[in-house]
Amino acid sequence: MTTPAPRATSGRAPDVFSHDSWIPMRQYREDEEVDFVIVGTGAGGATLSAKLAEAGFSVVAMDAGAFWRPLSDFASDETEQNKLYWLGERISGGDDPVEFGSNNSGRAVGGSTVHFQMVVLRWRPEWFAAQSKLGYGRDWPIDWREMWHYYDEAEEALKVSGPVHYPWGPPRGRYPYREHEVNAAGLVLAKGAEALGVKWAATPLATLSAPRGKAPPCVYRGFCKSGCSTNAKQSALNTWIPRAIEAGAEIRDLSMVGQIETGSDGLCTGVVYHRDGQWHRQRARNVVVAGYAIETPRLLLHSACAKHPDGLANSNGLVGKYFMVHSNHAVWGVMQDEIRWYKGPPSMAVCEHWNYEDKGKDFHGGYAFMSQGPLPIDHAKSLVADTGMFGMELRQRMALYNHMAGLKIVGESDAREENRVELSDETDELGIPIPHVTYSYSDNDKRLYNHSLRFMRQMLEAAGASDMTETSSTAHLMGGCRMGTNPSDSVTNADGRTWDIPNLWICDGSLFPTSGGVNPSLTIYALACRIGDRIAAMGKRGEL
Amino acid sequence: MTERPFRNPYPGYDVLAKWDTPSWNEQTREVIDQRLTDVPPRRFFTETQWATMEAVCDRVMPQPERGADKVPILPWIDARLHDNQGSGTRFEPMPPLQECWRRGVDAIEAEAQHRFGRAFHVLDQAEQDLMLKAMNDGNTNSPAWGPRLPAKMFMRQELLRLIVEVYYAQPAAWSEIGFGGPASPRGYVRLQPNRHDSWEAADGDATLVRAAAFK
Repeated sequence: MTTPAPRATSGRAPDVFSHDSWIPMRQYREDEEVDFVIVGTGAGGATLSAKLAEAGFSVVAMDAGAFWRPLSDFASDETEQNKLYWLGERISGGDDPVEFGSNNSGRAVGGSTVHFQMVVLRWRPEWFAAQSKLGYGRDWPIDWREMWHYYDEAEEALKVSGPVHYPWGPPRGRYPYREHEVNAAGLVLAKGAEALGVKWAATPLATLSAPRGKAPPCVYRGFCKSGCSTNAKQSALNTWIPRAIEAGAEIRDLSMVGQIETGSDGLCTGVVYHRDGQWHRQRARNVVVAGYAIETPRLLLHSACAKHPDGLANSNGLVGKYFMVHSNHAVWGVMQDEIRWYKGPPSMAVCEHWNYEDKGKDFHGGYAFMSQGPLPIDHAKSLVADTGMFGMELRQRMALYNHMAGLKIVGESDAREENRVELSDETDELGIPIPHVTYSYSDNDKRLYNHSLRFMRQMLEAAGASDMTETSSTAHLMGGCRMGTNPSDSVTNADGRTWDIPNLWICDGSLFPTSGGVNPSLTIYALACRIGDRIAAMGKRGEL
Repeated sequence: MTERPFRNPYPGYDVLAKWDTPSWNEQTREVIDQRLTDVPPRRFFTETQWATMEAVCDRVMPQPERGADKVPILPWIDARLHDNQGSGTRFEPMPPLQECWRRGVDAIEAEAQHRFGRAFHVLDQAEQDLMLKAMNDGNTNSPAWGPRLPAKMFMRQELLRLIVEVYYAQPAAWSEIGFGGPASPRGYVRLQPNRHDSWEAADGDATLVRAAAFK
């Protein structure tokens, strides 16, 4: 692994559709007060950069990670591609400590969408009003119909490949691109679902099933989590980022923001960031934090100053609180058939039965589960961490790799104040405090994943699997800066505008008040599209 | 005690045979070439720790059929630790990466002395396995572990994980499990069960699957 030098300099940025060429990029001086500086370029930040630049605002978006060209920079190798993950140390505690790094945290222009496995599911409508309609959790400050409108926009921007008829939830339009052929691993799920009498579907995926501009369709190489060297994956890196640059935004790669600065009036004045071995300062009229559920609270807390002694936007003490993950429990089994799950995107079939069925549950909330296709290192790591297997037994078990099949959940978890992100008293190499994260499942969370393990075991058995094992893990990060309607119990309003500082905004998964039972990326994209439209409208009305 | 032999379901398959085919691109060849030819020297572990760890790697990922031509594991672990390249998570209460490993390997050695009065690397295989199982269950006796280094956590979250991470990064390991290996620009066409493209491993030895799982 080598640390590259910044590439987005001298008025140009990497052309992500080429092996080695460039596209022109507008640049701003550091003493020039731009309309928006955006910290982070993942699903939230990249999307918002494009939306705001297209609305005519001057935008500088910074990312701590590198600006890769997938065709020439991404090897077909799990180890080399560790360069896509956030590997800075985070201290993890609580009864159910969360694993970070390759499990959920990206560090690249494009953020975690560069390594995400492309599963893009909509939320069940009732979840946006979980408290009023389902009697648990909390209502979002946004109506589901509005979110579903923005799901349309996000799916179109990513040319999502999915089924003509999705079997759960209200009717929706066709997906922009046709569904992918389901691989053998997905057909195991299908067989089990049919045996148990529940529906299944080809997973809606943000990877192309037909050419789009300079991006070719998926070739089913299966290294999705290690970055897509085909460019079929529709990540923020090859969708929203080129759009943002085209519209006049500047992307500043390998720029780690250390602090947000505020003036004597308490308003933000810009950010201090580290690039190319030194600290710099960028002035801005507005600052948007889009660093995901660990880095966003970390930056707000570390930006404490005389006017904001407990950190920015934290007068009610809620920054970092109500941090959430998804439970990610799985059942694995050995099949008579050769499955060769390394081929194709890892999760090509999905079952959302328990997201939409409310009867027969001993828990509130829901879970989706999907077929699996981990590459060898990923599979071996979860096997040893969960079972402690070693020796010839382990090596021989791994030799069953091509006969393995698995089902894994994305399970809703309760938002609880005690689950939180704080600053530790240790610092990283730039002198920024290392985050300390505390996480424990609730009793309901445990009932939920135990239910899923029983159900998935039945299903795998019905599909013909034997010699089954279970693993437990977590996926995705959410919450920590939840949005709401009341300044006393939330950090921002529905537009991601912080209650305390009107020119400080948040636009990422940390806004989630509840977690839902599906992968969060599509909802982050949709939220960012909405926030972009809202800011543009406020700008026109002079309300910024 | 002699080690059970490894039964390879794909004896005729070698992912490296695809080196010059459209399944491998230039950047992948560069990375794998370095991994095969540029095995790093010992820089992190002391000689004693190295001897302990060599024995641990042999028990966790035994390669009896390879004789002196074992796939190198320990040099890559040493390199990772020397570069202080962690995984992004430090589980409480364990100390930072380098300190965690120094203390962890020393504790394995101390545990061997405590139980058997001999160094870990001179124990016989059954004794070594017994000790690794005890660590796995958290049943350790030596005070060298201490409150910040639970043996089970060190074993599962650090030791086993890093060993398999290094081993399954090797083409020889990909070949013996029938994994397709690097696959860019050419991916795969046949995705159905029991079907494979001509550039994948031929069907594995099904008797091994039955022996393992369908007794």
